[in-house]
Amino acid sequence: MAKDLVCGMEVKEEEAAGFSLYKNKKYYFCSKNCKEKFDENPEEYLKSEEREKDQVLPEKEVEPEPAQEQEEKSERIDIPIVGMSCASCASTIQRGLADLKGVEKANVNFATSKATVLFQPQLARPEEFISSVRKSGYEVGTVSLELPIQGMDCASCVQKIEKALLQTRGVTKAVVNLATEKAKIEYLPSETGIKEIKHAIESTGYKVLELAPSEEVEDPERLIREKEYKKLKTKFIVGLVLGLFVFLGSSRHWFLWVPSFLGNFYVLWALATPVQFWIGWQFYKGAWGAFKHRNADMNTLIAVGTSAAYLYSVTATLFPSFFEAGGIKPVVYFDTSALIIVLILLGRLLEARAKGQTSEAIKKLMGLSPKTARVIREGKEMDIPVEEVLVGDTIVVRPGGKIPVDGIVKDGKSAVDESMITGESIPVTKKAGDEVIGATINKTGSFKFQATKVGKDTALAQIIKLVQDAQGSKAPIQRLADVISGYFVPIVISIAIATFVIWFNFGPFPALTFALLTFVAVMIIACPCALGLATPTAVMVGTGKGAEKGILIKGGESLETAHKLDTIVFDKTGTLTRGEPEITDIVTQNDYSEEEILKYAASAEKFSEHPLAEAIIKRAKEKKIELHDPKNFNAIEGHGIEAEVDGKKILLGNLKLMQKQQIVVRNLEEKAEELAGDGKTPMYISLEGKAAGLIAVADTLKENSLQAVAKLKKLGLEVIMLTGDNKKTAEAIARKAGIDRVLPEVLPEDKVNEIKNLQSQGRRVGMVGDGINDAPALAQADVGIAIGSGTDVAMEASDITLIKGDLRGVVSAIELSKRTIKIIKQNLFWAFFYNTAGIPLAAGVLYPFFGILLNPIFASAAMAFSSVSVVSNSLRLRRVKL
Amino acid sequence: MTAKLIVTVFGVLLIVLVNWYFFFSRKKSASADIKEEGIQEVKIIVKGGYDPDVIIVKKGIPVRLDFYRDETNDCSDTIVFGDFKIRKPLPAFKTTPIEFTPEKEGEYVFTCGMGMMRGKLIVR
Repeated sequence: MAKDLVCGMEVKEEEAAGFSLYKNKKYYFCSKNCKEKFDENPEEYLKSEEREKDQVLPEKEVEPEPAQEQEEKSERIDIPIVGMSCASCASTIQRGLADLKGVEKANVNFATSKATVLFQPQLARPEEFISSVRKSGYEVGTVSLELPIQGMDCASCVQKIEKALLQTRGVTKAVVNLATEKAKIEYLPSETGIKEIKHAIESTGYKVLELAPSEEVEDPERLIREKEYKKLKTKFIVGLVLGLFVFLGSSRHWFLWVPSFLGNFYVLWALATPVQFWIGWQFYKGAWGAFKHRNADMNTLIAVGTSAAYLYSVTATLFPSFFEAGGIKPVVYFDTSALIIVLILLGRLLEARAKGQTSEAIKKLMGLSPKTARVIREGKEMDIPVEEVLVGDTIVVRPGGKIPVDGIVKDGKSAVDESMITGESIPVTKKAGDEVIGATINKTGSFKFQATKVGKDTALAQIIKLVQDAQGSKAPIQRLADVISGYFVPIVISIAIATFVIWFNFGPFPALTFALLTFVAVMIIACPCALGLATPTAVMVGTGKGAEKGILIKGGESLETAHKLDTIVFDKTGTLTRGEPEITDIVTQNDYSEEEILKYAASAEKFSEHPLAEAIIKRAKEKKIELHDPKNFNAIEGHGIEAEVDGKKILLGNLKLMQKQQIVVRNLEEKAEELAGDGKTPMYISLEGKAAGLIAVADTLKENSLQAVAKLKKLGLEVIMLTGDNKKTAEAIARKAGIDRVLPEVLPEDKVNEIKNLQSQGRRVGMVGDGINDAPALAQADVGIAIGSGTDVAMEASDITLIKGDLRGVVSAIELSKRTIKIIKQNLFWAFFYNTAGIPLAAGVLYPFFGILLNPIFASAAMAFSSVSVVSNSLRLRRVKL
Repeated sequence: MTAKLIVTVFGVLLIVLVNWYFFFSRKKSASADIKEEGIQEVKIIVKGGYDPDVIIVKKGIPVRLDFYRDETNDCSDTIVFGDFKIRKPLPAFKTTPIEFTPEKEGEYVFTCGMGMMRGKLIVR
């Protein structure tokens, strides 16, 4: 026996009216209605089930009431916890809390992400709990707030306000700054709110000024990065100036106007030293850190390469006689060491900037989340931080305002710009009953809606999570590059040493100089960074670009497989078609008008919930036909319905119904067959025992289906339609969509087998369907593409999720994957080619034949720009038109 | 002539040394402590590499690796466990926990964002 989560009824699996697959679990339902309700919002029912379970097993929860009776003085506090990903995290936190002095009982619930602590207020303070949670490695869902305070003029005021704040229940931290006249407060939204906090401050006699609009929260990580970037920039500028002087001094044979003292070895030494050891210090630091771990990286190459040039030059400066004795004119290469460092620094600066841009899409998504919401509580409108919005709250949205969380419109009408989430550029009309998505912008009217998803459950939060995961995944194409970059640096060092030895032994005079220069050039030109950056940057930009357009790609692997697809299978209902039948034809007979037929049919069906009935009622309402209540309504299983409207007896149903009631349909039958041949469902209607006409209903194509199919065919993919409909109906619809191949009469559970069949023919199959009913087929396909509906974004079985139902998204997704893979291939080719060509060139293979030797300075420029070019190439994906 | 010989011998030895040091020398390894809560935990310091860089864990038990990045050097700003589909930024001077449950025995390589710093996770 299974439990129907919607109505609570016990259902036998084999007798259930239907089931839904959600998160790899089957849920059975007593009726279709229950199933639909569940499919609309499965989480809600799962959650309420969870709650019920918790109630059944009270020992799991801390029961506050009896505990309070036992120990009157103890208090209870709920702390929301952020970042728990498993049940074991919960026990870690719980242990940490329970060990604190004054804590009687601590319970951390993983499902609700909450810690409940029972404590003695005179022995323990809530802020201790928070630091304990943080010590365990998790964040507390506190809200921080900065309030400007007026009227403070002494240090004692500060203490007074701080004390008042800390005595307020739920406030975990309060710091008042006299100089900025601001109070920084952290509080638990479940325990208190802005109102109470303001009240606490005002009770001390000071005034709280109105909240400054959306003050940016400082991101410490960003600050560190920015500081680093600034430091790097300063170093680069200083290095550039010094390097330029070294360069001029070393090249007096080209620049005759340069004063002779600048060419002095000691002066050059003095100028090059800060570049080597101050500006280049990070390379030494990095190289040493890696060396200790028996690793070698870029820093190793740069540090060793430049040090070789520098130390050679120092020796030449201090002991010129040593070289002269060997018959070599002492020469210094301070310009080489200094300029290499400066150029590589420039490369790093550019790379840091470009790398920052690769994650711009996700930053943009994160920046979308609204800060405050205007809710109605206890009949009053109030602004609260969005973190405090609860499921079920009624929220008011004004024209131009941001919709704070996901919900359902209760009252009012407006147009909403959803482009930031769905990629749809035209505003969508919203009226009562429609779903709204958090972070979208209300354009015209104002409306009220009820919050259905908050916090990490909102569509936006799920999208961010999906994109983050995708950007973290690896594409299989990267494997070779990964293996190589692991061995790269030590091998390059070996090649450089070998180069040195060969030049020293076989090179022309002065062999030592040639050996040194080629050694440095090989070390400096090698660029494993380009190899390492080739794929991840492209995947990051590609998935980010997809997200902007409402296409969520699960990861690098999906992206890579999508470009290899040769077959696309569409599920019919709800994917190619709207999934809601519509009236397509009305045929009249015996002098009845279309309006009359509609009026009687719709009135008769007024209280019916059958999809065909809904189509008729919808059309009648569109035509503003007044409906009357039916009497003696009777549904005849497998035939249709009978009812009385305005005293007239109405029959509505199939031919069997007409025949049973001995109604003469005459030429209607011929017409009906014709309609059926077009994939429509004809229904006969009779009034007072006389045939009155036909109403044909059909599931119509989505407006963009035809276009999407045509584009996919143009891309060289075979398009197939999969449906449970009979062959005739299926072929009719397929014809309209421009699809040549149909797999009709496929039972829902056989969809998987059809996909397997196609795969066994050697095809790479992409399956497009809705994420709930088609989940097994989506999972079986090489790439499962789920058509999203509204706010349910995290489709488990799919590789790609299209947030809006537009099938052109399938084309965009495939195009995007093709473009991304193309960029990755270009990047990898460039990185491999660059290194395999660059290293021998730097080693001087061309010298014996053409007398060409690569100056190490050019080698460093090439190195610096090869990694920048890879990142820049990936950034081109941002401009792809989808 | 002698100079050439010295340079050649020295060069060959150096190449051998470099390859031995980076590829074949013994690395520091650490086994995970199993805590009472049933998770295995290892603290790893990230500074030019991973310390320890060989981590031994038991299969089927949740693992938490606490990466503390003790530098601002760009190279180590991301940690990648390709086999577990994990790629996470490591903020400088902060501990970033990485959690997963290894279900299969074997050796899994973890690397920095570019694959140059590496460590090994051995699941037994």
